[in-house]
Amino acid sequence: MDAGAFSSSSSSLSRKDALPAGLRVLVVDDDPTWLKILEKMLKKCSYQVTTCNLAREALSLLRERKDGFDIVISDVNMPDMDGFKLLEHVGLEMDLPVIMMSVDGETSRVKKGVQHGACDYLLKPIKMKELRNIWQHVFRKRIHEARDFSGYEVIEGLQMTAGGFDLYDGAFSGGEQMVIPKKRKDTEFKHDDKELSDTSSSMKKARVVWSVDLHQKFVKAVNQIGFEKVGPKRILDLMNVPWLTRENVASHLQKYRLYLTRLQKDNDLKTSFCGIPISDVTAPNPVGGCSNENTFEIHPNEVVSSHVGFSGVDSFFQNTKPVRVESNGIGDAFQPMSKTKRKANADTPDGFDWKNSGGDLDKLFVAVKPEARYATAPDASIPSRFSWREVPEINFQQGKHINHSESKFRPPPLPSLMHSTEHEQPGPAPAKYSPIERTLADPFGNYLLYSKNRTDNHCEESALQEVVGSRPPQFETEFPIQKTLETAPAAMVAAENQGPNLSCVTEVGSSPKNLSSCGDSHRPSPEEVLQMGWPDDDFYSLGPGNQLFQFPEFGELDVVSEVPEHLYDTLRFDYEQVFDASELCPMDAGLFSA
Amino acid sequence: MEKKQQLHRQVVMMRQSLFDQGYVDDQFVQLEELQDDTNPNFVEEIVTLYYRDSARLISSIEQALERSPLDFDKLDNLMHQFRGSSSSIGARKVKAECTQFGEHCVGGNGEGCMRSFQRMKREYSALRKKLEAYFQVARQAGPMDTASRSN
Repeated sequence: MDAGAFSSSSSSLSRKDALPAGLRVLVVDDDPTWLKILEKMLKKCSYQVTTCNLAREALSLLRERKDGFDIVISDVNMPDMDGFKLLEHVGLEMDLPVIMMSVDGETSRVKKGVQHGACDYLLKPIKMKELRNIWQHVFRKRIHEARDFSGYEVIEGLQMTAGGFDLYDGAFSGGEQMVIPKKRKDTEFKHDDKELSDTSSSMKKARVVWSVDLHQKFVKAVNQIGFEKVGPKRILDLMNVPWLTRENVASHLQKYRLYLTRLQKDNDLKTSFCGIPISDVTAPNPVGGCSNENTFEIHPNEVVSSHVGFSGVDSFFQNTKPVRVESNGIGDAFQPMSKTKRKANADTPDGFDWKNSGGDLDKLFVAVKPEARYATAPDASIPSRFSWREVPEINFQQGKHINHSESKFRPPPLPSLMHSTEHEQPGPAPAKYSPIERTLADPFGNYLLYSKNRTDNHCEESALQEVVGSRPPQFETEFPIQKTLETAPAAMVAAENQGPNLSCVTEVGSSPKNLSSCGDSHRPSPEEVLQMGWPDDDFYSLGPGNQLFQFPEFGELDVVSEVPEHLYDTLRFDYEQVFDASELCPMDAGLFSA
Repeated sequence: MEKKQQLHRQVVMMRQSLFDQGYVDDQFVQLEELQDDTNPNFVEEIVTLYYRDSARLISSIEQALERSPLDFDKLDNLMHQFRGSSSSIGARKVKAECTQFGEHCVGGNGEGCMRSFQRMKREYSALRKKLEAYFQVARQAGPMDTASRSN
């Protein structure tokens, strides 16, 4: 992975058939022979393996190291605990994908496994090639989560910008794009995402469809209470939704938390290279920064939804420069969350540790959906690289600052942009933001809508690039952003598009000259915007008019734009938008640099 | 180096007969493929682990078979574990006997279980002998390139 800021996508494409290395696998099997074999096989797949021969031990390990694993593989028959039980626990508590194994391939057993939430059921003897592709389950989950929380389709080619976490570098070699399963269709929001995302959990309760509104209420409640102090009961009380049960909220909260964590992680990775995490900053106050890449301030009544592409807070804050790319290459992507957290607490101008406030992850609501990262896969089709660590959590500080650690950007001045695109107002808004992002941005329930104006990719990309180019910490002003935004909505939107974005993003440093070049080539209709996958670029916050606000990742970006009210309305929570603004980062940064 | 060559040839032949005589199946090849510089004796290590684990299981089954009345569930469970373990090295014939045993358990057929168990033990012993001999010669022959090993 390139440590450089946006490495060109080509580098990420260079790896052929490389698996998403570093996937953190926990293998649980009481059979010592199999345990050893599986460990060897997984290591050969370049995965990071931890073995456990007791189910209880595995559970405590998972509990201890929250977010320390990406996937669990477990045998069905174990002496201390039934494999299905373990499966249930993992699904409920950690919400990780679990693969079951057994020498018994009886249909009833397989069925049971699926019923309990297993994402796959392997028969022993297991061949190495069967293990090679287990990453797909992690990926699928992320997508579903994004969808779940965002209601938007994951952006196509969600991908972390080139050079970023390139998890999929190899996997998507050849420029294969990670196509997010669902293409955003207009403003259609999938309300059934929740169902999908529940696949891995074995929860069998009646499904509650977490609509955008419901999720908004949820996030609002969480924000009010304070992420750290939040609890299902309190949320439930605040939400005031009579038919909702505490269990519903509890499970949703759990997912949300995990989601944020993942976003954070992803963001971190992303910020490294893209620098502009788009996070939904929903803090009413200027937020010190968004962790990943975008710093944005949230002013009261401004809801800036920065779409934090991902991961984490850490990356966001850190990225004052668009690209931090990784130093992690793929390897880094798998750094344990803790590492990211370490980064956090860097000094931030606002006193908020925009830089990876790893520690603050919990505080932030990460609106970024990990998937977002994947979504934009710029042409390079660099598969979204996403860190296996999920999306970082956006620190959400109650009260004044919304630290979106993830995104460092400040929401651009929305008003101006808002009108740029016609169309529909955000109602369905959310172009592609993960609900979380929106949530983040909107402490008051307003979400910064990111509208991605779909414009020609290239045009935008370059524009974005330009914008991104400068990353001076000038985010203080809203104007720059605004300007940028205004002039280059297209550019911003560009990010969304496929492929080219990658290149755009990677360029962080370019000056935003071209922002206007693309001009308003066309303002995508809301649908379009929404549908646009998030190209590599990172986040775009869409204003009501579907303008795309990009929040570059600038540590100090202080642009706090007032987000027009209407922006928030539409945050829809159940869209799958994957916005990985963070992925786009570099470009975004430029946007805001004055 | 005639001796060496001879040994090498012997290894190849012995290995081939493991497959031809149905002692091991493709899983064994999987293990061989996992062997690399980091784990140059991977296959043998795994097989050794298998011996240890299977010895334990066999003794447990024996004990369970001495009970009266027979606890078929327990027997089935133990055999299931044994089967899983045997699948790890691709012990084909042993696995087949395990399946048989399992069927007898399900059918509550104590006699059938006993017979099946005896057969299984015989297969297991035979396999062990074969593998031990094979590894011994392989060690003597020294590292061989894959080409000569591959079948």
